[in-house]
Amino acid sequence: MATVPSAAPLDIATPPRGMVRDALRRHPTMIVGIILLVAMVLMAVFAPYLWTIDPQDLSPVRRLRQPSELYWFGTDMLGRDVYSRTVYGARISLIVGIAVAVLSVGIGLFFGLITGYVRLADTLIMRVMDGLMSIPPILLAIALMALTKASLENVIIAITIAEVPRVARLVRSVVLSLREQPFVEAAVASGTRFHRILLRHILPNTVAPLLVQGTYICASAMITEAILSFIGAGTPPTIPSWGNIMAEGRSLFQIAWYIILFPGIFLSVAVLAVNLVGDGLRDALDPRLARRM
Amino acid sequence: MFAYIVRRLLATIPVMGVVALFVFSLLYLTPGDPAVIIAGDFATGDDVARIRAKLGLDRPFGVRFGEWAWAILRGDLGISIFTNLPVTTLIGQRVEPTVALTLSTLLVAVVLAVPMGVLAAWKAGRWLDRLVMGFAVLGFSVPIFVLAYLLIFFFSIYLEWLPVQGYTSISQGFWPFLERLILPSVALGVTYIALIARITRASMLEVLSQDYIRTAEAKGLAADKVLVGHALKNAAVPIITIIGIGIALLISGVVVTETVFAIPGIGRLVVDAILRRDYPIIQGVILIFSAVYVLINLAVDISYTFLDPRIRY
Repeated sequence: MATVPSAAPLDIATPPRGMVRDALRRHPTMIVGIILLVAMVLMAVFAPYLWTIDPQDLSPVRRLRQPSELYWFGTDMLGRDVYSRTVYGARISLIVGIAVAVLSVGIGLFFGLITGYVRLADTLIMRVMDGLMSIPPILLAIALMALTKASLENVIIAITIAEVPRVARLVRSVVLSLREQPFVEAAVASGTRFHRILLRHILPNTVAPLLVQGTYICASAMITEAILSFIGAGTPPTIPSWGNIMAEGRSLFQIAWYIILFPGIFLSVAVLAVNLVGDGLRDALDPRLARRM
Repeated sequence: MFAYIVRRLLATIPVMGVVALFVFSLLYLTPGDPAVIIAGDFATGDDVARIRAKLGLDRPFGVRFGEWAWAILRGDLGISIFTNLPVTTLIGQRVEPTVALTLSTLLVAVVLAVPMGVLAAWKAGRWLDRLVMGFAVLGFSVPIFVLAYLLIFFFSIYLEWLPVQGYTSISQGFWPFLERLILPSVALGVTYIALIARITRASMLEVLSQDYIRTAEAKGLAADKVLVGHALKNAAVPIITIIGIGIALLISGVVVTETVFAIPGIGRLVVDAILRRDYPIIQGVILIFSAVYVLINLAVDISYTFLDPRIRY
């Protein structure tokens, strides 16, 4: 959802280190993003030390308590501590975000390279990708989840399938424009073998746009996971993901606002952090696009 | 021109064919017996057999797909497993709220986002630009349902200005209808506004650096004439494109927005269908939403020829 369709960036050599430092100075927001993101990762990793009460611990006695010194974010309908569950939720959100980003970039890269280089595969695969891209991503994920068992792996697979066509399309456009570049023509003319051209000349040039795209996919996957869980087609309700906590608060939001508010804020901040890092990366890696955006 | 439209219309057939094939084969691709999954945990053997026969899972894939696709072409989307009513009837009952919600969001978004992008490009690098771009980043980051609840908490529960949830048909009066659409439209529209504003700004920046803009400014044309008459007109193609592509955001968002605001639309229908694993409904809704998306983007493609006389087919 958070992805901005970007034009195929050309002529991007691997940036010298100075450029990244330069971009950091010019974009203080990226530093904010990195700090927030690091904080989120630390929270996810050290979740067992941060929570005050076991996030799965049921206790009807302390049902629907308002936020207090004891229960920082209050307790839900089953008396579970919302703060502890929210801290745990960071794990799910980050796992889904990172896994989907890595998987869809990997698979999309594979299809993108093939379609960019093999004519026959191009028409066939891109037809399928065009078809998949005309299904709104969340609906596609819903359709997949409605027929499988609710589990974290299935959520990751469903969101990945929805994201792959966009990556494939990006890689394909980069490959198509690279093929016309003099350095690739020179390599072909001097008899460089096919796989060597692909690995040494084409692949390195897809890294920068894919890094940027991967960050946006991570942000979008975190939102999609929360939405899927929220409407009951995501991670199983036993796992305290942010979407699940909010789903549990749905029917009670007029009296127990805190069940929805706190995980919602954490989700927004996490997505914001990833988006800020993505914007910074885009500006650092692709000065041509940065001027326009 | 006419030949072009016909050709583009024909080009949507393979795309919709892929969508249909994908939506249909999901039943076969997923691991496990779909009839058992759809029937749920408490189903008897009879229930499973009934569902299997209803979905035609006991017959070969090719035959079944042919029948299914032929039925769809005749406007028959199948029968809901849970309610035993035709899917087209169920969707028909839910069309009005969804159309009202998406149209009002679309209208509000375009009216707000385009001027925002134009002003941001005009004042590039200044505080107004930063404000708009800051809003855009936030708009991308706050998920629809989080924003929706924040709006409800503030405007409905704290200020008590607007109703919390629900939908009233326009036939029961314009204000009650509008009153219940304001918050959902805002919640649904923010990501879309952020997207359009960002692309409008980018496209305008590109145009504003052209020589003819400098000429227009040099001959003393007023800023608003330059911005709207010269620049925006030439920056229109990418903006219209993103308005079309962004419809996917609205369609995805409708599912969530209707759930939060308890609006009885198509999005709500699909969410209820997920919980009951009523697969014919899910298939039907995805097909219809995808067809709408493809047709809107077809219209966008065709509109290029009117916006930019240089584009000829």
